[in-house]
Amino acid sequence: MNFFDYLEPTTQFVIFSAVKILIVFGVTMTFVAYAVLAERKISAWIQDRVGPNRTAPPITKYIPILGPMLVRLGIFQPMADGLKFLLKEDFTPAYVRKVYFWLAPAIAVIPAFLTLAVIPFGSTLGNPDNKMVIADLNVGILYTFGIVSLGVYGIVLAGYAANSKYPFLGGIRSSAQMISYEIAMGMSVVAVFMVVGDLNLGSVVQYQAKHGWMVFHQPLAFIIFLIAAFAETNRLPFDLPESESELVGGYHTEYSSMKFALFFLGEYAAMISASAMMVTLFFGGWTLPFLSDPASSLLGGLLHIAIFIAKLVVLLVVFIWVRWMLPRFRYDQLMDLGWRRFIPLALGNILATALVLAFISP
Amino acid sequence: MSTKIVERKPLSFFENSYLPTLVSGLKVTWKHFRKTALEGQSLTMEYPEQKWVVPQGYRGAPYLVKDQEGDTKCVSCQLCEFVCPPKAIRITPPGPNGAPADRRNAEKAPAEFEINMLRCIFCGLCQEVCPEEAIFLQKDYSLTGESREEMIYGKARLLQLGGTHGGIQKWKHKLEEAEAQEVFPVRTP
Repeated sequence: MNFFDYLEPTTQFVIFSAVKILIVFGVTMTFVAYAVLAERKISAWIQDRVGPNRTAPPITKYIPILGPMLVRLGIFQPMADGLKFLLKEDFTPAYVRKVYFWLAPAIAVIPAFLTLAVIPFGSTLGNPDNKMVIADLNVGILYTFGIVSLGVYGIVLAGYAANSKYPFLGGIRSSAQMISYEIAMGMSVVAVFMVVGDLNLGSVVQYQAKHGWMVFHQPLAFIIFLIAAFAETNRLPFDLPESESELVGGYHTEYSSMKFALFFLGEYAAMISASAMMVTLFFGGWTLPFLSDPASSLLGGLLHIAIFIAKLVVLLVVFIWVRWMLPRFRYDQLMDLGWRRFIPLALGNILATALVLAFISP
Repeated sequence: MSTKIVERKPLSFFENSYLPTLVSGLKVTWKHFRKTALEGQSLTMEYPEQKWVVPQGYRGAPYLVKDQEGDTKCVSCQLCEFVCPPKAIRITPPGPNGAPADRRNAEKAPAEFEINMLRCIFCGLCQEVCPEEAIFLQKDYSLTGESREEMIYGKARLLQLGGTHGGIQKWKHKLEEAEAQEVFPVRTP
């Protein structure tokens, strides 16, 4: 560590950030892989099935009791899935618009990961200057909304590039859906920041540590944010851009192999970043009511990260669970819900919050 | 015909808020989740380990059968070959100088009897048309092989898989009747 201390502060910062980025990226990728597994397992259980329980690398033979149990739980399935995506033929149909066809998966996957940059996933690790957030931006939430709205371009571009009718319909639906729910989402968050008085996500967490979780201060904002997050991440009951049963997979109908995998990855990464955002905004981030001071020891820092991840996992399970709870909305119902209910509700919430802040509690 | 007009009540405000559906959805999914994940009662039959009980009268793969004395029942009449819709059966008759049938008094037995299991559609017409009750659709439903050639089952294999299926032994009785005719005074059985 001595060598590290002799470096200039800027170099230290760069090295430290690079390490954080690598770790966050790695952890997120693992989470994506296991979110897919969780999705398959939970879906199976809800539908009275058993789910993936066959993938067994040769090493499992040498683990006495745990080995077969892990195989039964499908713990090794993500490796097989990943390998499959890598080895499949990457087929490009002859009639697609090539440049956009290649560009779209990348555009779909990048924003999902970029939003993770501003999320404080832990307090500090080691010394108090090592904040567990990649970019401690003062405009955190604005950055997030800026990046999240880019995500729609990947999907729209994919729909356009495929030059075929189902992807095109998927793309169009997605653009309309994303735009209308982003407004409600943004407005729901405005009320939160009115209460906190700061756009930095770190301060939002600090505020919640002092005054209790935001979900109790702003329940309506949370509900709107949650539902809008479902729509933003194209999850059921708002998965109209994909809708396997009517659009044959929607915008990614023509994609295969790694390019399809990127869409898949993007969707789950978006789910994770939306959950992380909700944990930070409404569930106190890395804090628990009795564990809210920034950690002084390494162990405390790790504990905070674990708390954050635990909350994240709970929200991810909710995402997966809801998928089997509700049927898909009809397109007009979706638009009706977005424009005629959530936007007025969110506006009303802002107004009510403003009135309360102005007249009741200063 | 009287028609019953279903009355569709407009949804109440509460129902319109999607909350009742949300709660009932939660309940249903939780019930199934609990049953499968926590109590281990899934509906899945885990196939290679757990096998399905083949019901009576199931039409599986057609195999040749032997009679109770272990003789080939098929007399190479080629009716099944003729009736087979996908032309999966090919019979090579013994010809004028071929080997005699196993059974005494039966005119002939096939020199070779092949069923291409890749072509077979398991329709059961061969079983239905067979005058000798020599071919039956049995209970095998999972036939595998590593090549197309391997999936053409020959006579020996079909007989071995088919097993024994006893019957009235028509030819044996005819022989006995004929032999009874040779003895004097004639005794009709």
